[in-house]
Amino acid sequence: MKPFAFFYAAGLCFATTVASAGDLTIVSWGGAYTKSQTEAYFKPWMASTGYRILSEDYSGGLSEVKAQVEAGNVSWDIVDVEDAEAILGCDEGLFEEIDPEILPAAPDGTPAEEDFLEGTIGDCAIGTVAWSTAYAYNQERLSPPPSTIQDFFDLEKFPGRRGMRKTPKVNLEIALVADGVPVDQVYEVMATPEGIDRAFVKLDSIKEHVLWWEVGAQPPQLLIDGEVVMSTAYNGRIFNAIAAEGQPLAMVWDAQVLSGDNWVIVKGTPNLELALDFIRFASMPENMAVQASWISYAPARKSASELVGNYHADPDLKMGPHLPTWPGNMKTAIRNDEEFWADHIDELNERFNAWLIK
Amino acid sequence: MVRRLRALGLTMPLLAFLFAAFIIPVLVFLWQGVHDDTYARYMSHSTPVLETWGGVSEPTEAMYAALQKDLVQARKDKTIGKVATRVNRELPGGRSLFTSTARRAARLEAPYKEALIDLKPAWGRLETWQALRVAAARYTPAYLATSVDLKYSGDGSIRRQDEKRRIHLTLFWRTIEISALVTIFCLLLGYPVAYLLSNLPQRSTNLLLILVLLPFWTSILVRTTAWIAILQGNGVLNDLFVAFGVIGDDSRFSMVYNRTGTLVAMTHILLPFMILPLYAVMRTVPKAYVQAAHSLGANGWVAFWRVYLPQTLPGIGAGVVLVFILATGYYITPALVGGQDGQMISNLIDFHMRRSLNWPLAAAMGFVLLVLVMFLYWLYDRVSGIDRMRLG
Repeated sequence: MKPFAFFYAAGLCFATTVASAGDLTIVSWGGAYTKSQTEAYFKPWMASTGYRILSEDYSGGLSEVKAQVEAGNVSWDIVDVEDAEAILGCDEGLFEEIDPEILPAAPDGTPAEEDFLEGTIGDCAIGTVAWSTAYAYNQERLSPPPSTIQDFFDLEKFPGRRGMRKTPKVNLEIALVADGVPVDQVYEVMATPEGIDRAFVKLDSIKEHVLWWEVGAQPPQLLIDGEVVMSTAYNGRIFNAIAAEGQPLAMVWDAQVLSGDNWVIVKGTPNLELALDFIRFASMPENMAVQASWISYAPARKSASELVGNYHADPDLKMGPHLPTWPGNMKTAIRNDEEFWADHIDELNERFNAWLIK
Repeated sequence: MVRRLRALGLTMPLLAFLFAAFIIPVLVFLWQGVHDDTYARYMSHSTPVLETWGGVSEPTEAMYAALQKDLVQARKDKTIGKVATRVNRELPGGRSLFTSTARRAARLEAPYKEALIDLKPAWGRLETWQALRVAAARYTPAYLATSVDLKYSGDGSIRRQDEKRRIHLTLFWRTIEISALVTIFCLLLGYPVAYLLSNLPQRSTNLLLILVLLPFWTSILVRTTAWIAILQGNGVLNDLFVAFGVIGDDSRFSMVYNRTGTLVAMTHILLPFMILPLYAVMRTVPKAYVQAAHSLGANGWVAFWRVYLPQTLPGIGAGVVLVFILATGYYITPALVGGQDGQMISNLIDFHMRRSLNWPLAAAMGFVLLVLVMFLYWLYDRVSGIDRMRLG
């Protein structure tokens, strides 16, 4: 046990409610996302098993998990983490390994390992939703509408500021595609120093007109306020602005970058069996389809996508076309290569930050 | 004697609390910046071999053999991920080199040098082994070097970081610059307000004081967001300018998501920390001195500059130190309104704490920031004297 972690965990003890044995503490991102999980998984699981779920929110990252594991004082059982954290946490020994055998088969009998989207079953992580970073625009402020990733980098045809997330991730990928790299070769090109240089040169061409955002809530607001004419954004946020708030925003799916969220079990939890049972329950296609009626993130398995119905608040709104995995949206999709990023995030972050302030 | 012991006893809870909740954690955390035994703990065969190797000669078969042994063991113990993450900090791409080699290490046969290079050509490069040597050291200056844009190599040399990756010194300098500017703005804005407060009748003072304190009690996020609404392109201020014909509709000022936004929002948020100590000191300044100066023939400016201002210096000192030190640690406000050139060093520390889990590097940067602030504090003490600082 590292001494620092002890103090950190001691602080946490005061701050968090202590769950009694038999209760599951599930930590997720809060807001509409946790709401969708509560409706699709938490409530039905509690009703069928009789156990309680304590739902907690966090803002991403693994510092809390690391502190709990190193102090041997685990109070979180299951965490919803992004792909990058799923790999990092598994490498660092912060998560329990999960045997994919526990996952239920599809309704037609297809084994789970074939039914889950490629790369969504990891050593420690079971994929739950697939979401996307693509760019959006305000229909009232931009006509004719942009339709390709090249349009995003075309300042002559579409003058005005662009919003981009302040990170090299996604931005390097779409810059290369806009520069003519086929979507299936993006990471091969990025593995070479020349490829990285090429991406930065492309980004240079719009750098002066970029407004960098950091929090997912920013892009829709920037578009509504007219601070930017186009912005990369998480598809769920844009959908929410369109469907729940009636804003005149629209998505351009060209060169969307697909990522995922995953269930992981914190190493050393006293509730391992319960946690596995919950993940099994939350991986049933019919339950995953329910979640997609609450939020526009796609289920991580194919058979669930076929069961997705309409938006819960508007029975006339079909969810399918708003999901990143909809066939029409998938033509030029890039599957985020987290292994590449796990290897290169440190150097590329430094280079990106140095480039930003130059 | 008994009285003194009793007095000491009363302060004990606070001292114990400070010690346990502040001093020890800070020291332990700083310790992480120079001590990292991840590699040495899990790679017991190759660590001593790497230590005796000088870092310049061709790696020997014995080194490859020890590494192969360690990789097999680490994969069996499931500690390979930790080791790989550690190595990746010294060698971009080292993570996948380790995990993929470890997957096949058990099937390799002697001579291991050829077998490993055959598997991954990277094993034949000197830089790979130099990076391992840095990772294997339990006590390492590598993180401290990184946090000031230097690169500590396996042959013991320290060079400047590759130009495209130099970022930290710029951020440290910018942190100091923004903090200093915010402090100056707070002083210029806060001084007249504090003067007004201390010279009004008590009833109006209380009312005005509430106006100073009300923002102080409001969440920092709310205040930052409010500034976005006011300053942005289609915000309140720009709309007013356009409505009054100061600027055209297509030439609106950009006052947020840049350094201007950071300075405005941080000045507003930190202003109470300047006004309150100033007000506390100004209240104790007798009016008779300035009146005496006037009756002795001083004009308004001379009376202020030579008589009034010197008496408020302790308050200025307290306010300046408070605002400056608080400003160096700010990261939420710069993150929200800073845009491209508003990021400060604490944003990077936050990133390494929460996202990359590179706590040693975060600790090293924290250490450099601490030393920097302590140095400025020392400088301040030399120039104007800490004992002259007063909070009222």
